[in-house]
Amino acid sequence: MGYTEEELAKDLENQEYKFGFTSNFESDKAPNGINEDIIRFISAKKEEPEWLLAYRLKAFEHWKTMTEPEWAHIHYEKPTFQDICYYSAPKQSKKYESWDDVDPEMKETMKKLGISMEEQQRLTGTAVDFVIDSVSVATSFKAKLSELGIIFCSFSEAVQEHPELVKKYMGSVVPATDNFYAALNSAVFTDGSFCYIPKGVRCPMELSTYFRINEGGTGQFERTLVVADKGSFVSYLEGCTAPMRDENQLHAAVVELVALDDAEIKYSTVQNWYPGDKNGKGGVFNFVTKRGICERNAKISWTQVETGSAVTWKYPSCILKGDNSIGEFYSVAVTNNYQQADTGTKMIHLGKNTKSTIISKGISAGHSHNSYRGLVQISANADNARNFSQCDSLLMSDRSGAHTFPYIECKNNTAKIEHEATTSKIGEDQIFYCLQRGISEEKAIGLIVNGYCKEVLNQLPMEFAVEAQKLLEISLENSVG
Amino acid sequence: MLSIKNLHAKVEDHDILKGLNLDVKAGEVHAIMGPNGAGKSTLASVLAGKDGYEVTEGSVDFDGIDLLELDTEDRAKEGLFLAFQYPVEIPGVSNVNFLRTALNEIREYRKEDPISAKDFMARVREKSALVELDPKLASRAVNEGFSGGEKKRNEIFQMAMLEPKLAILDETDSGLDIDALRIVANGVNKLKTKDNAVIIITHYQRLLDYIIPDFVHVLADGKIVKSGTKELALELEEKGYDWIHEKA
Repeated sequence: MGYTEEELAKDLENQEYKFGFTSNFESDKAPNGINEDIIRFISAKKEEPEWLLAYRLKAFEHWKTMTEPEWAHIHYEKPTFQDICYYSAPKQSKKYESWDDVDPEMKETMKKLGISMEEQQRLTGTAVDFVIDSVSVATSFKAKLSELGIIFCSFSEAVQEHPELVKKYMGSVVPATDNFYAALNSAVFTDGSFCYIPKGVRCPMELSTYFRINEGGTGQFERTLVVADKGSFVSYLEGCTAPMRDENQLHAAVVELVALDDAEIKYSTVQNWYPGDKNGKGGVFNFVTKRGICERNAKISWTQVETGSAVTWKYPSCILKGDNSIGEFYSVAVTNNYQQADTGTKMIHLGKNTKSTIISKGISAGHSHNSYRGLVQISANADNARNFSQCDSLLMSDRSGAHTFPYIECKNNTAKIEHEATTSKIGEDQIFYCLQRGISEEKAIGLIVNGYCKEVLNQLPMEFAVEAQKLLEISLENSVG
Repeated sequence: MLSIKNLHAKVEDHDILKGLNLDVKAGEVHAIMGPNGAGKSTLASVLAGKDGYEVTEGSVDFDGIDLLELDTEDRAKEGLFLAFQYPVEIPGVSNVNFLRTALNEIREYRKEDPISAKDFMARVREKSALVELDPKLASRAVNEGFSGGEKKRNEIFQMAMLEPKLAILDETDSGLDIDALRIVANGVNKLKTKDNAVIIITHYQRLLDYIIPDFVHVLADGKIVKSGTKELALELEEKGYDWIHEKA
């Protein structure tokens, strides 16, 4: 496959590169590799304002000085960043006026993903912003939302239509220089979602984005920014799935949540990317930076059900800046075969009377390794801060591993911090009990695992919870042993 | 209904059942008594199809089907129910969800439609009353935090819900106080019809004061060494198991 930088340079010479890659690229696809010109190309493609290009270039400059983090309990072959394609748009990139205009093939894909958009629209009242390979192709319910002043659109659109909001909040929670993958994302992100809830507005429906990686070898660099203005509320759903791939795909997203005074954001994720085959070949590398900031009396709640990806590196976190603010993290992480997950959260208590809750459920099957890594940090000014953490691990096989790395840093002696952890193995007795009642082994595992994860699944919106339960069952098929 | 012929079974390398014969007809209640280690619970596990129990010889016919050929779950679907000596806890899974799943699996096996939520809940109310089980326990997680007596009552409640052809009660009386014993026994008696059968495995005769067996068998060293009517149980109680050993 090797498209080297040299070859790229040659191509560029032949293709009047300096005018900005405006043509000649098959299916609007950039050549593999990353450099300043690629970044300029992406920015130009998206007709971005100058400040955003500057933001990208600054992030890139910084990224070049950074090295990949190696502290996580994961082992993988590092991606070759010059072999990755950083921009690809589907051939039919035009926005659809109505659902009827949508490419039938695309509809089929969505059906395979288990989301019939018609059904979603009619039955659930969910507005879906569907992202295929970095370009949003369908946005629904926009009119209804806009009556309330709610903005829910693709990130690129937000850059064009609401540059002041994007400029103000982008990078305010996850700075471009935050970490290796966040810096990479800041340099080359292509699209994502943007959401703004005005003061005092309670968003009347779950806002939902389905991400999907489409074309082989395309790294995906999504950016999500959710801003809940004072006293507002929003529940945001993010679901992910990718088709089978042989080579590893890199995914490095950035999600920023801003909850202003008295606002509440509930952010739920079901992640089901290709985990690689039974022998650990292929699968998505998922290196995500998710963080939210809470102002006074604000609340951010992260709920995640992670069943996919070959390697997961993800720590949805809360900065509890305002007094009386609340952070929550509910997580189920399932690893099977040769999957590896290092996931958890950071709760940074800065304000007084801040509270955080962490409920983490890890399930390891096959030869997989599942780690919880969490930090609870209480700063000197955070009087009366409270944290409760519970980390449970369930082992489905003798060859799998569960690890817990809790870190606590406390600089205020009025803080109350509780930590509970358990490790258990799925019981043959439990399975026999179910079998004896006529329940098949697969269903039995589903029941037992769903029971184990109940505290987390209960946090998900209803229709999402059903989907998540199914996903858990599918992910753990034939996994006891 | 059930015909066991010359059944031999071992666990790991120990021969436990050594040529057991037993015939149970529809409408009958059989009690199997015997000293510890005689193979009573092994018999229950072998019939239910628990892993780790190897049948080395003999046959088990269950209503015309070769029971030993069936998977554990299919035995249950064919109507074999085991009330566990030590009911298992399944945290986070409600009793009703558990039972509805089981019931629908069994119905699917019989090519019947899934039970409607309304019918199911009506059945839960009816059957929980039968075993005097607090309906609140029906919506709690399976056996989680239940007292010993509640667990045993829950077994009989499940039996009532699933309406098996053949129920095997494995030491259901152990750990029950006299009131709980009476309730469990009443439940079993009410569930008895001319079409189903019950095998009661017990160490003591006291449960048989409440559930009157048609036949009593004494199991010793992997075999039925003596069979009789309910009077045999009383005799055993009086004379102890050594009496059997002496005779055998």
